[in-house]
Amino acid sequence: MAFAVKQSEELYLKSFRELEKSQASSAPGWLAELRNSGMEAFAELGFPTTRLEDWKYTNVAPISGVNFQPARVELNDKIAKQIESLPLSGMETNRLVFVNGRYAKELSSLDGLAEGVKFTSLSEAFKAGYGSLEVHLARYADFKSHAFVALNTAFMEEGGFIEIPKGVVLDKPLHLLFVSAGAGEPSIAYPRNLVLAGRESQATVIETYASLDGGVYFTNAVTEVVAEEGAHVDYVKVQRESDAAFHVATVLGYAVRNAGIETNSLQFGARLGREEVITVLDGEGAEGILAGLYVTDGRQLLDNHTTIDHAQPHCSSREFYKGILDGQSTGVFNGKILVRKDAQKTDSKQSDKNLLLSESATINTKPQLEIFADDVKCTHGATVGQIDPEAVFYLRSRGIGREEARSLLTVAFANEIIDRVKFQPLRVRLKAALAEKMAAGTGRKEA
Amino acid sequence: MFLEIKNLHANVGNTEILKGIDLEVGLGEVHAIMGPNGSGKSTLAQVLAGRDVYTVTEGEVLYGGKKLLDMAPEDRAREGIFLAFQYPVEIPGVNNTYFLRAALNAARKHRGEEELDAMDFLGLIREKMKLLEMDETLLNRPVNEGFSGGEKKRNEIFQMAVLEPKLAIMDETDSGLDIDALRIVSQGVNALRSEKRSIIVVTHYQRLLNYIVPDYVHVLSGGRIVKSGGKELALELEEKGYGWLDETVPAGERA
Repeated sequence: MAFAVKQSEELYLKSFRELEKSQASSAPGWLAELRNSGMEAFAELGFPTTRLEDWKYTNVAPISGVNFQPARVELNDKIAKQIESLPLSGMETNRLVFVNGRYAKELSSLDGLAEGVKFTSLSEAFKAGYGSLEVHLARYADFKSHAFVALNTAFMEEGGFIEIPKGVVLDKPLHLLFVSAGAGEPSIAYPRNLVLAGRESQATVIETYASLDGGVYFTNAVTEVVAEEGAHVDYVKVQRESDAAFHVATVLGYAVRNAGIETNSLQFGARLGREEVITVLDGEGAEGILAGLYVTDGRQLLDNHTTIDHAQPHCSSREFYKGILDGQSTGVFNGKILVRKDAQKTDSKQSDKNLLLSESATINTKPQLEIFADDVKCTHGATVGQIDPEAVFYLRSRGIGREEARSLLTVAFANEIIDRVKFQPLRVRLKAALAEKMAAGTGRKEA
Repeated sequence: MFLEIKNLHANVGNTEILKGIDLEVGLGEVHAIMGPNGSGKSTLAQVLAGRDVYTVTEGEVLYGGKKLLDMAPEDRAREGIFLAFQYPVEIPGVNNTYFLRAALNAARKHRGEEELDAMDFLGLIREKMKLLEMDETLLNRPVNEGFSGGEKKRNEIFQMAVLEPKLAIMDETDSGLDIDALRIVSQGVNALRSEKRSIIVVTHYQRLLNYIVPDYVHVLSGGRIVKSGGKELALELEEKGYGWLDETVPAGERA
């Protein structure tokens, strides 16, 4: 098997050489160097195997076994219409659209951005030569020990670049919409996003993934969010890939003194999805909130790995994850809380609650506390349960049908996470997405 | 006859709880079912509502001429049966108003009536809330979540007022109520008394029956109705307690 993996890595190396050649004249030296380090790290690490503790429940052989190729599509009216009819479209936001990883300027909409706010595609940011890129890009998400981050770093070319100047409070969310189009050969995209929130600034960033035509493809995304002193970033990630797709994403939040980052990661789609959220609290008074919802059915596998790194004293973190698992699907939750030696007075709470809708669904949930300071408050809890039959009977005794009662209770369970999203139009759409997914599951059962 | 219960036997697991209940309730009548703890009162209430932890092993129930036991709980509710729970269930995340509108619309749809939109519904329930002296903030809270015991019971009768059932079964609605709450709840129930609605009041104590005066009183003991009479039977029970009932139970059945 080792040979098969090797072979697939070689494939990526070949693509990398092509990218290197095509960009030899345009990419600045520091960028070429970073990409090269990414490729080196990936070649060394290779695809992870289930022998690694962090990948114990998630076998990525189905990914490494496919010959994924970057796929450009020509934009046309059909694609534009498909995008506009996506449930996640039509929100009052500033928006950048990417199709198969390529920036689609004509489908993006930017108006009334506050002065000094940069909201552009990464390729345009490279062209403009923004100084903050070299300072921040790929300085937070660790590619030396994480194969998928390494791979993304090697191929980083496109994604969203956001820079909010000191003191600016954005009223409209910034939306990065990634869609995959054309169900041809298995395609691959490497979205790379960088969010820089200046001192005491405030913004909501929404990153969403959707499929227009279904099919097998692979999204390997990395997002870095940096909150300077006193800044606050709400980051919402919605994953609605096709049910044959692969989605591996790493979100790294870095908060300094008195800064706050709230992430909410909602995973619905993909055959195999892995989302790693890492929040580093590296300044006194920093706050991290990590929320997440994973909804699985059929034979889906959705994996959530979170790390909260308490690097400084007097920081607090709260973590709320929930899973709803149906069919023969599998969920994974691994929540690591790292409290470093100096991080006294850390206050951290974690919970992961799961609802199993079928007897053949599986959840692997594990808290992982590594505490090196002695004056800290850390709690964690995980629950796995089924729909309360007493509650179902109560609803039925009032005239609500059995399936509707079950669905109502399931939605109620999920709403605790969805209601954390402050932007109302997105909240409404998330509830609709959940209802749609549940209806599809029920339909399958009845068929 | 509006409701006919004939020789009803029901088990939990292998334990027989109801051992042959016979009861007839006419339209517009109020029947009280009294009895000591463990006599099967709540079981009877739950079996009529369709709770599936109980298995009916014998007998039948006709409701408006239809075979009640063949109907799913939601269909019974849509046909006008309402159970006020002894222990109303807390349902976090489900809004009280949303829940009640879904329930009402399920029944309306079943009857071929138009479903009510949020505005019409709000108008309707405001009226009913006054009746139960309910605080409007309760409407926007999740169903029963964090409600006090009294608020939960009041919410049950409030739901009953909104759903306007043909047969209301109140399972120990008085338990845990202070005298004020008892007065409000009874007031609500009395306002719902009508010749088109039958009510079965299940209770351990006579107290509630001072407020909701029944037409008939039945005493349940050991899974059977051992005595039936008018409202004065309740007073007799209050005076003598349930101890004397043992004499009416066949010798072979005594513990």
